[in-house]
Amino acid sequence: MPIAYNTPRDKIFDGVNIALLLVFAALTILPFLYVLAASFATEAEIASRPFFLWPNDPTLETYKYVFSTNTFLRSLLVTIGVTVVGTAVQITLTMLMAYPLSDPNLVGRGLIMRLVLFAMLFSGGMIPLFLVVKQLGLLDSYWALILPMAINPFNLIIIRTFFQQLPHELREAAEIDGANEFTTFWRIMLPLSKPIIATFSLFYAVGLWNDFMSPLLYISDSSKWTLQMFVRQVTISTDPSTTLGNLDPNYVPPKEGLKFAIIVIATLPIMCVYPFLQKHFAKGVLIGSVKG
Amino acid sequence: MVMTNLPGAADAVHPTTEDHSPHAATRGPRRRKTLLKRLRRSPVLYLMLIPGIVYFAVFKYAPMYGITIAFKDYLPFLGMQGSPWVGLEHFERLFSGPDFGRLMKNTLILALLNIVIAFPAPIIVALMLNELRKQLLKKFIQTAIYIPHFLSWAIVSGLTYLLFALDTGPITVLFNTVFDADVNFLADPDWFRPLIMAQTLWKGTGWGTIIYLAALAGVDKQLYEASMIDGAGRFQQLRYVTIPALVPTIVIMLILNIGNFLDTGFEQIYMLTNSLNREVADVFDTYVYFMGITNGAYSYSTAIGLFKSIVGLILILGANWLAKKYTESSLF
Repeated sequence: MPIAYNTPRDKIFDGVNIALLLVFAALTILPFLYVLAASFATEAEIASRPFFLWPNDPTLETYKYVFSTNTFLRSLLVTIGVTVVGTAVQITLTMLMAYPLSDPNLVGRGLIMRLVLFAMLFSGGMIPLFLVVKQLGLLDSYWALILPMAINPFNLIIIRTFFQQLPHELREAAEIDGANEFTTFWRIMLPLSKPIIATFSLFYAVGLWNDFMSPLLYISDSSKWTLQMFVRQVTISTDPSTTLGNLDPNYVPPKEGLKFAIIVIATLPIMCVYPFLQKHFAKGVLIGSVKG
Repeated sequence: MVMTNLPGAADAVHPTTEDHSPHAATRGPRRRKTLLKRLRRSPVLYLMLIPGIVYFAVFKYAPMYGITIAFKDYLPFLGMQGSPWVGLEHFERLFSGPDFGRLMKNTLILALLNIVIAFPAPIIVALMLNELRKQLLKKFIQTAIYIPHFLSWAIVSGLTYLLFALDTGPITVLFNTVFDADVNFLADPDWFRPLIMAQTLWKGTGWGTIIYLAALAGVDKQLYEASMIDGAGRFQQLRYVTIPALVPTIVIMLILNIGNFLDTGFEQIYMLTNSLNREVADVFDTYVYFMGITNGAYSYSTAIGLFKSIVGLILILGANWLAKKYTESSLF
């Protein structure tokens, strides 16, 4: 860290620097505070006050309505299910492939690594992948949200490097004790890789939770929409209740307020796990770059 | 994320040395024997590989084979193999059509804005954070500015729609009052690129500082002490100690950025595109979607995608060549 003197010039420098950074932090946070406040406001207040951090006339109307529709809850459950199952599938497949590739004696290792690398540099593109998914009969299936991205080549390579860095004596000792490779992997390597499993599971989970492109491409049945599709549809429509559905014909649901409520609800789960995310993601960035 | 992972991935993918090991070099029956021995010794390892290989075959290499439809007239009932070949027809249509110039221009402008504005922003913020001496304040600001990185583009775009909404959006109201204007940010094509940049900066700047802060944390404290003894002030320390320490990281990140030059972010642009700003909003990625998925022109849109993939590949290989030439490390 640079050394500061306590001269007036340095104090001005520090003051300006802190002020600018605080402005940036405020610009990041204020939109959330506004959206949070507006989600509890009445339609009239949203229309008349351009910006506020506290509603004059707080109401739970929007949330009551959102949670009274089965469409929203369904999309929330779908997203939770896809994220949980998808993370399990993706991290399992990635670990299973990374481990053998870390064995220097594996025949064909160089070739497989080259094919993985080439797949990182060049891809068939959106349409051929779409046609493959279609031919597999996965359109409108939740597996289409999970399988096409099951193994991220970057993650694969970093996990493989991690396995390579574990002392080779561990494997030899296990083999002498009569363990086969899978037992070695399962009993010795996996317990050692708990931190890396946690980090990359979070990578996959956040990717699945936030994914918009896959549902856009592969899910056309609106009853199977994920939360992100829902957020999109509600925030661009002039009358969100057409997306959400309205069970009570006598009830006139709020319009603008719903958009704010949906954003709050969709952001909340990420905010709840944010401390973990921040820690593990930062670690992930640095794992990836330390060797560079 | 992906980009910052690359340098590590880099060495990791330097795997081929073992191919030149004495084992591989020995010829004849002895070599065959060791090969067989090695194969027999680890059948479980090959079983573990199977799901991964199937994945790459089905979801990476089968689509690469699917590129052939760019040279065919794909008809769903004939399938990828059965559709008739048409040669370069789709490419001729693309290059001679009215859309190509517009797509190229829009993509290049956004890519340049990314390099000129979005790339330096995290460097500047990291340098500013590095000057903070109150650790608690630093932690607080970092915690705040990292948040948007974890939000989906659907949420960021939803926020954009609410904040910039005509008549009610706080930013629209503020702007139009202060400048006595009547701007409709979301519909006005002139405001499309500034909005995209604002989103990119808002979402990515904070998180982008991490890699630079890590590099700055590694700067030897003695360098600052020595510079102080030589009478260097804050700006001189910044100029002669801090920034030089950051240059290698900046160069690597810049090269990585050049490799991803044409990746303008499908989700972000798709969600800000509407019928009023299509003229400036269409980039290769979104155009492929509209042409292929919305209009069903599978072959034509595959041809566009292929064009972009090839240019992208050339850029990545070029960037890697640059990296090898000017820095110690390379990506692969």
